[in-house]
Amino acid sequence: MDSLILRVGGWLVLPVSLAVSVYLLWRGHNDPGGGFVGGLMAAAGLAFYALPRGADSLHKMLMIPLPTIAGIGLLCALLSGVPAIWTEAPYLTHQWGELPNGFAIGTPLLFDIGVYLAVIGAVLTFLSHYLEA
Amino acid sequence: MILTLLVLAVLAAAPLNFFLARQGRSKLTACVPFAALCVLAWLYPEIAQQREILEQHSWIPSLGINFAFRADGLSYLLALLITGIGSAVFLYAATYLDKHRDLPRFFLFLTLFMGAMLGAVLANDLIVMMLFWELTSISSFMLIGFEPEKMQTRRAAQQGLLITVGGGLALLASCLLMRYVSGTFQIDQIIAQSSTILAHPLASTMMVLLAIGAFAKSAQAPLHIWLPNAMVAPTPVSAYLHSATMVKLGIYLLARFHPAFSQIDLWTPLLTAVGLLTIVIGAFLTLRESDLKRILAYSTVTSLGLLVVLLGLSEEIAIKAMLLFLTAHALYKACLFLVAGIIDHETGTRNCTQLSGLRKVMPKTALVALLGGFSMAGLPPLYGFIAKEYVYESTLAAGNVWLVTGVVLVTNSIVVLAALLVAIRCFWHSATPSHPQAHDPPFSMLIGPAVLAVLGFFIGVMPGPVVSLLSAATSAVHGGEPMEVSLSLWHGVTPMLKLSVVTLLLGLVLYAGWRPLQAWLQNMKSIDNYGVNTLWDYTMNHFPKAALWCTQQFQNGSLRSYLITTLIATAGLSGATLFMLRGFAAPSIKLSEFSPVAVIAILLLVSGYAVVRATSFMAGIAAAGMVGFCMSLLFLFRGAPDLAFTQFSVEAIAIVILLAIIGKMPFYEADYRTFAERWRDSLISAFFGMVATVILISVTSGSLDDKLSKYYRDASVPDAHGHNVVNVIIVDFRALDTLGEITVLTLAALAAMAVITSARLKRKIAPTPRPTELPQQEA
Repeated sequence: MDSLILRVGGWLVLPVSLAVSVYLLWRGHNDPGGGFVGGLMAAAGLAFYALPRGADSLHKMLMIPLPTIAGIGLLCALLSGVPAIWTEAPYLTHQWGELPNGFAIGTPLLFDIGVYLAVIGAVLTFLSHYLEA
Repeated sequence: MILTLLVLAVLAAAPLNFFLARQGRSKLTACVPFAALCVLAWLYPEIAQQREILEQHSWIPSLGINFAFRADGLSYLLALLITGIGSAVFLYAATYLDKHRDLPRFFLFLTLFMGAMLGAVLANDLIVMMLFWELTSISSFMLIGFEPEKMQTRRAAQQGLLITVGGGLALLASCLLMRYVSGTFQIDQIIAQSSTILAHPLASTMMVLLAIGAFAKSAQAPLHIWLPNAMVAPTPVSAYLHSATMVKLGIYLLARFHPAFSQIDLWTPLLTAVGLLTIVIGAFLTLRESDLKRILAYSTVTSLGLLVVLLGLSEEIAIKAMLLFLTAHALYKACLFLVAGIIDHETGTRNCTQLSGLRKVMPKTALVALLGGFSMAGLPPLYGFIAKEYVYESTLAAGNVWLVTGVVLVTNSIVVLAALLVAIRCFWHSATPSHPQAHDPPFSMLIGPAVLAVLGFFIGVMPGPVVSLLSAATSAVHGGEPMEVSLSLWHGVTPMLKLSVVTLLLGLVLYAGWRPLQAWLQNMKSIDNYGVNTLWDYTMNHFPKAALWCTQQFQNGSLRSYLITTLIATAGLSGATLFMLRGFAAPSIKLSEFSPVAVIAILLLVSGYAVVRATSFMAGIAAAGMVGFCMSLLFLFRGAPDLAFTQFSVEAIAIVILLAIIGKMPFYEADYRTFAERWRDSLISAFFGMVATVILISVTSGSLDDKLSKYYRDASVPDAHGHNVVNVIIVDFRALDTLGEITVLTLAALAAMAVITSARLKRKIAPTPRPTELPQQEA
């Protein structure tokens, strides 16, 4: 599946898709988007990049083994529920903190990052075995 | 506090003993049972005055489960046996298994077992008791299977586990019924409500289930088979678990609930029948054996049967006899097992036909064996004699006096024979020792059985100190009424004494004719061929076969057949439901509502047609992708941008994945189905599509309940600071669902990785020729 068009195309698409995916992840709470779509978007970009180059190019670029990415994501999601325990609320009751300017930030973001990473890791883990150039 | 601490401390000491044994200081592990024994001894005054020690710590308050413990006469007596015999066994095992490479593991599970036993007898909460009860089964499994290299060991361990844990399930059911009827898990409160339980229609069911659990644990026929097979375990385990303590747990359970259940009509017939059957089977099979440990094991089965019979008789005298016999048996049987272990250790054989005259080389062991054996045979002035007198007194008071007394008399003479075989035949019988190189074991191995044997002697001569203990235990079995036990060796020439003499004489006769009798019975192969063990093996062999057959029917590896099953089942069941509930409804279509979105529907139809007509994989994938993109367009236009987004990404990735897979997989031909198969498949898919359409139409025709979506819309901003309701639901309101989903996703990816990697490894080992002609591709 090694062709010049795919190589150049993947190289061009990757930064865009990653940027868009992070943007989607960030805005997901108030506008269409979220960790799941963001993760898929990033995974699509990475897969497109790796299609002509083989799975090893992914390993080289990301440095972390793909299943570990999924594992880190799962861990983030699990941990995001822990702060609730201190406030004696049920596990996974999300906690919010409000900045002086009214900007609220809370554990859902960590949870969403978890979803994002888990999706990237899982999709690419599955895919990487078919991506041998 | 003291009981809770005691149980938890013993359990916590299990890893400690593991490390002690690994450091080569395994004798020090005996400190744990000894310390526990000392703690219990300190509580003696309380128990001797027939007072109870009650403790309770909240555990799962929502279910009414407490970490409750209670020491009364009965549980205290058992706890004393567990820690006392435990001390002897730990010390003995340290020498017996010295230099065994798995010694640390042995002590880990032995200590765990002891803690579990203490927990099980001291527990005052049904669930806590169940917990420890199962823990004893599991540690017993680990100890029977201590040397798992041997096939026989694994089988015995599995058999013991399955039978005792299977009984545990019955017990659990009984516990839940008790909770249902009495409204509490607390054992003393349940027993206090015995009249409520008696009046309840489920009383007999409860009692029978409880008895099944107890029978499995205490090796009652026909579940007795695991006990003799468990003799493959190291001898300290046989002495401790399978004669003195764990097998008494079932007896303890029956005794514990005796006050509540003994009034049930079925109690006496059930226990007497099962007990008598066990006695007879155990005694008969004792006669066939020449292996010392198996002789002792079958005689243990007999004794356990006798204990059940005594409990079944339910008279005050029978209960006293039960407790006396239980303690006497624990003392002498553990002692004799340990002696058998010494003989095995010193001579290398346990076959008593090959052993004789060992007293010359092992005089101290011979003396210990003599004391233990005479107690087992019921000779005065030993404890076993007093116990046997009581047993006869209670069988003479039984309803079915001839049957019960007759059976007990005959089987007791076989027990006498077993005692003589271990204590006399091996050590006397000839002037020259069969194994001249054998000698007395080191002090640490001899002290345990010696103390047990001497205890049996002292209690026989001076029963004073144990009287208050046995009285407390008797009153506990009778539900708290104060009772007095009086022990003495000489009651004059009573019927019991005459029966004792007859038993002994009969035992001597059997002993004289034992060799030919044993050989004759041993050669009766029909007993082996039609026994419960054979049935067990048959079942165990056929279970996996049945499971395999069943699995092969459903998991045949063909994706097509999975799809067919799934589609037919889904469409058939939901279609039938719709039909039977008359759920079909047609929506009213107004042409004025007709929107340009309908164009997408036409596009969908066209792409669907393209999927069906596609001749190459590549075209099929592209067309299927088109269907997905059309769907996401539909979502976008109908006001679900999140869904549309996700669908877009999923379609994009799916196409990439499929392309990558097609490049790697050897697809020989585009479609190898026959004409008929194609027709079948298209009919199935048409059926599925039709049912799905009808259901969708029916669903959309009614008005949807929007209570939930309204709640989410209203709560989204104030509660979760988010305007995107979909995402707020995903990460906040239903975060647990999402957590589950991403866990499944990750696990699926890992599983796929494992499958693909192993398939690739296999291919590397045996390379298959790659197909030269791949399907036509245009990549």
